[in-house]
Amino acid sequence: MVGSSSSWSAALVHISPYTFAAIGIAISIGVSVLGAAWGIYITGSSLIGAAVKAPRITSKNLISVIFCEAVAIYGVIVAIILQTKLESVPSSKIYDPESLRAGYAIFASGIIVGFANLVCGLCVGIIGSSCALSDAQNSSLFVKILVIEIFGSALGLFGVIVGIIMSAQATWPSKG
Amino acid sequence: MYGFEALTFNIHGGYLEAIVRGYRSGLLTASDYNNLCQCETLEDIKMHLSATEYGPYLQNEPSPLYTTTIVEKCTLKLVDEYKHMLTQATEPLSTFLEYITYGHMIDNVVLIVTGTLHERDVQELLEKCHPLGMFDSIATLAVAQNMRELYRLVLVDTPLAPYFSECITSEDLDDMNIEIMRNTLYKAYLEDFYRFCQKLGGATAEIMSDILAFEADRRAVNITINSIGTELTRDDRRKLYSNFGLLYPYGHEELAVCEDIDQVRSSMEKYPPYHSIFSKLSYGESQVLDKAFYEEEVKRLCLAFEQQFHYGVFFAYMRLKEQEIRNLMWISECVAQNQKSRVHDSVVFIF
Repeated sequence: MVGSSSSWSAALVHISPYTFAAIGIAISIGVSVLGAAWGIYITGSSLIGAAVKAPRITSKNLISVIFCEAVAIYGVIVAIILQTKLESVPSSKIYDPESLRAGYAIFASGIIVGFANLVCGLCVGIIGSSCALSDAQNSSLFVKILVIEIFGSALGLFGVIVGIIMSAQATWPSKG
Repeated sequence: MYGFEALTFNIHGGYLEAIVRGYRSGLLTASDYNNLCQCETLEDIKMHLSATEYGPYLQNEPSPLYTTTIVEKCTLKLVDEYKHMLTQATEPLSTFLEYITYGHMIDNVVLIVTGTLHERDVQELLEKCHPLGMFDSIATLAVAQNMRELYRLVLVDTPLAPYFSECITSEDLDDMNIEIMRNTLYKAYLEDFYRFCQKLGGATAEIMSDILAFEADRRAVNITINSIGTELTRDDRRKLYSNFGLLYPYGHEELAVCEDIDQVRSSMEKYPPYHSIFSKLSYGESQVLDKAFYEEEVKRLCLAFEQQFHYGVFFAYMRLKEQEIRNLMWISECVAQNQKSRVHDSVVFIF
């Protein structure tokens, strides 16, 4: 055990790893959806206003909304994957280093995915808003700005990849 | 905080910003102006305008068309667009949009008071008022005899009330006082608007500061040039200059002592942004100066659209539309009076 029995580090290692794992799963889905929603309203309000004058832009610019939505889907997928990693261990082994490592891995995976998707959603949303406004004025700009959005949405993908790698090695101590 | 507007601006302002950018795409382009300048009669102008955004507003006008009708209908379009935006705006955008119209309110007040002084009919004056600057008790302005009454009877209930603290006197209204009153009110309005934009912060403050500073400097130069040779003292002139802008405070010191246009020019040429304006001026011409100022203003207003997520686009659109209406009025007048060679004297192309 680290530290003396009444230090902060002792308090930290006595929090159940399941707490950390559960919070990680919650953050992965919750904050991803926050990012997706934020991005969708930023894009959507500009899109609706611009479409009043130029109705032709609506169908093409739904791509921006779809990119933002993808961010929420990443969060859901990772949350489902993470929750399959939760296994029960006998109560004598809850505070083993192995257990703690598994709990922390799931927590970290959740944070990675959640915050990567948050900023990805914001990024795609802001670009999508500018894309809608530019497309309304000059339709040749749409494809060029879409390329920027594609690069932006790659950020969420990076988060998902790293999160899945993190959680892949979250193995709880075997029973017995 | 400047730079993070994109995160929260669209909650309240996203839809209206996109709407105003849509309106901007409907402004007349250089090719439209070229077509209009080729017109022989006002009927041709009406025909060309019906192919643009102004179509629905002009198509029902009966045949003997006057320039005032054309201008009136085009202004009506601006008013409709403004009201459409104002009804959907929330705070602080709604206050910002209302601030844009206070300048017109001041002009309307001065128009009615001057007209009453010259014994004109109130109804006739009310028809000439700019629709954006109307308020409920405007007709009662004809009753007032001096500024104190003006304030007490009518203006205390309007948004212009706080601007009157500097100019309430008990003197009777005459032409000189009214001009001073107009400029004092406008000064107070510009300073109030400037403070409001600073309070909004972020990109709005930055962009609006630049536009309003140019406005303040332009008015300072115009006040100086118009008061050369009148009985306005130097101190009175200095009191009419706003307390912000590129020329504040040292430029104002120089302008206050100018006695002719060449002195104005030499003091303005020290400021690089205004150097280019004044270098276009040959000796003693002030109409070219007006056009040069309008061109510079249009350039700055167009730049406001380069950035997203701020309120400056609303102000810029209203001003650009007013410039377009001025252009249309000039073109219509030239065509109606058969002076087409002078058309390009005063038309400022926006795109």
